[in-house]
Amino acid sequence: MSTVLFTNARLIDPEAGTTSTGWLQVADGRIVARGEGNAPGSDGQIIDCNGKCLAPGIIDIGVKVCEPGERHKESYKSAGLAAAAGGVTTIVTRPDTSPAIDTPETLEFITRRAQADTPVNMLPMAALTKGREGREMTEIGFLQDAGAVAFTDCDHVITNTKVLSRALTYAKSCGALVIAHPQEPGLSAGAAATSGKFAALRGLPAVPPMAERMGLDRDIALLEMTGAAYHADQITTARALPALERAKRNGLDITAGTSIHHLTLNELDVADYRTFFKVKPPLRSEDDRQAVIEAVRTGLIDIISSMHTPQDEESKRLPFEEAASGAVALETLLPAALRLYHADQLDLPTLFKALALKPAKRLGLDSGRLSNGTPADLVLFDPDVPFVLDRFALKSKSQNTPFDGQRMQGKVLATYVAGQAVFRRP
Amino acid sequence: MRFAHRHLLGIEHLSQSDITEILDLAETYVDMNRQSTKHSDVLSGLTQINMFFENSTRTQASFELAGKRLGADVMNMAMQASSIKKGETLIDTAMTLNAMHPDLLVVRHPHSGAVDLLAQKVNCAVLNAGDGKHEHPTQALLDALTIRRAKGRLHRLNIAICGDVAHSRVARSNLILLGKMENRIRLIGPPTLVPNQFAEFGAEIYGDMNEGLKDVDVVMMLRLQKERMDGGFIPSEREYYHRYGLDAAKLAQAKPDAIVMHPGPMNRGVEIDGTLADDINRSVIQEQVEMGVAVRMAAMDLLARNLREAA
Repeated sequence: MSTVLFTNARLIDPEAGTTSTGWLQVADGRIVARGEGNAPGSDGQIIDCNGKCLAPGIIDIGVKVCEPGERHKESYKSAGLAAAAGGVTTIVTRPDTSPAIDTPETLEFITRRAQADTPVNMLPMAALTKGREGREMTEIGFLQDAGAVAFTDCDHVITNTKVLSRALTYAKSCGALVIAHPQEPGLSAGAAATSGKFAALRGLPAVPPMAERMGLDRDIALLEMTGAAYHADQITTARALPALERAKRNGLDITAGTSIHHLTLNELDVADYRTFFKVKPPLRSEDDRQAVIEAVRTGLIDIISSMHTPQDEESKRLPFEEAASGAVALETLLPAALRLYHADQLDLPTLFKALALKPAKRLGLDSGRLSNGTPADLVLFDPDVPFVLDRFALKSKSQNTPFDGQRMQGKVLATYVAGQAVFRRP
Repeated sequence: MRFAHRHLLGIEHLSQSDITEILDLAETYVDMNRQSTKHSDVLSGLTQINMFFENSTRTQASFELAGKRLGADVMNMAMQASSIKKGETLIDTAMTLNAMHPDLLVVRHPHSGAVDLLAQKVNCAVLNAGDGKHEHPTQALLDALTIRRAKGRLHRLNIAICGDVAHSRVARSNLILLGKMENRIRLIGPPTLVPNQFAEFGAEIYGDMNEGLKDVDVVMMLRLQKERMDGGFIPSEREYYHRYGLDAAKLAQAKPDAIVMHPGPMNRGVEIDGTLADDINRSVIQEQVEMGVAVRMAAMDLLARNLREAA
């Protein structure tokens, strides 16, 4: 029996909502014991954490790995290395590849690719409709058997309400989770920014924030009708929050996520048309950002994701309207999230509730916590060490991060999957 | 304070004194352009490339004439018909041109921010001749010169900008410039074309043109950007003309000596009455074209001085 004993750790327990100094014992890839104060003796491996933070590894829902189709932007190997370096122990991958992951065969292909090349856990999502075209639902049952943990057309909104209601009804019968991008596509088509003074000044096509509320309202109505399990990928505006709150209060099976970029940046960061700040949905006003942080604090918004979207230089070195959307974030997710900790807006257990515990619960995983018997997927980090981010030091094949050159605070020291180190900061 | 800019990308970056300096220098070029020999050598030896990714007749002609009158070697490139069609990116095109060592690059592009992007990648001075819905700085400067000459000042005037503000780079640049020079600005148009966000720039917004034109000194009409309309902004051109087209009756609300401006090309009978546009007592539209050449000469002269100093 291989054992690892973590001693002198600041344990971040999102389940109990506590931080405490203590030890944690791992055997055969699972947590077997933990306690406060001095550790008991051990004849296995001992890791002295030097008082640094030990937390459940991040479970990141909505990671884009560009296989198949655009391996030059991100492969399973590079994404796996980036995830490990970022303290992400489970990547839940998006099906918006080319072709889309919409058959059991393509799903098996990426699962094999991940097994061969990725040191962290990989759980695939599959498309909800064939080709993400919003016309015919995919083989949800077969895809589930092949390992799909959720079904989503990513940023494609299914405009045909009949198609979506049938897909939700069918998914419900399979016990499948549907993840959607709440947005009214009539208003958001062609938009590169959020309506407001900034977009008007820069002359950019813009979408009113209300488009998110309208998309969410429609989906909530369909949930009332179908009873399906539903997760909104990114809630980024204040106006969508009351609708979400009401739906939860009415007992619908609904959760919501947000992206790390919408939590830590606002529309003004785009400044002189900096395309690395172009994400989808576009960055919002500071008022919206603050409302979303508060919603994460209260738990109304359940999950924080990286929305990792690799884009090569050619896709970004274009006029703002033409440039591709998305940012890489696997490695910057934790340091960026720690900005909210350093700003006294979210404490560490709350952060890890949104980064690990709640994603695990939503997907029915037993990871994401520090309890006995659960997988020893762990991240050891120093929340205080300052650094300036150099995008060329990132492990992703694409380096399109909005945090390039910015001061960050907090570094991952080591990442463990099933008790094995998959990353150690040199 | 003297003009200390490498590029002319937008009015946003200019100070009051920058604006005044350009206009003062432009006055001398107005005089020069009215003489029979209109030539100077201040740009001699320099190469000016006009790169237009969007159709333009008057702006391109104005920049070309301005460059030639100052002795620059001027080349026009109609980018619509060229490499862009072959899939070359804007940056690659810019790098290619940069290798030919131009000194002044005049760029128009259909996307907001494209000229800023290009300016980051080349070594020469870049003049924005209009980018998407963002800025058109030389148009605002020529409008300012026209107003200053007609009204004797460029501050504390009531100025109405009427029409398709939402799609207009001319409106944005004018709004910024006239705001910087401390004028009161009114925006007039239907709410689909004059969104409320513009109130945050310090302008007053009017949905009723008769009310909005009351006692203004300057009436600045905008072209209805038909080519930019994805549809649905106004019900029809005739209703638009009825409610927001400038005619003698509506103009009667303005001060008796109010001037009428239009950046051209005009849609007669859509945003402006044809007779009014030709009325030399009220319309300064021809004067605007004349000021355009002078202002562009001044802007290029100032940028070239900085280029030569840096060399």
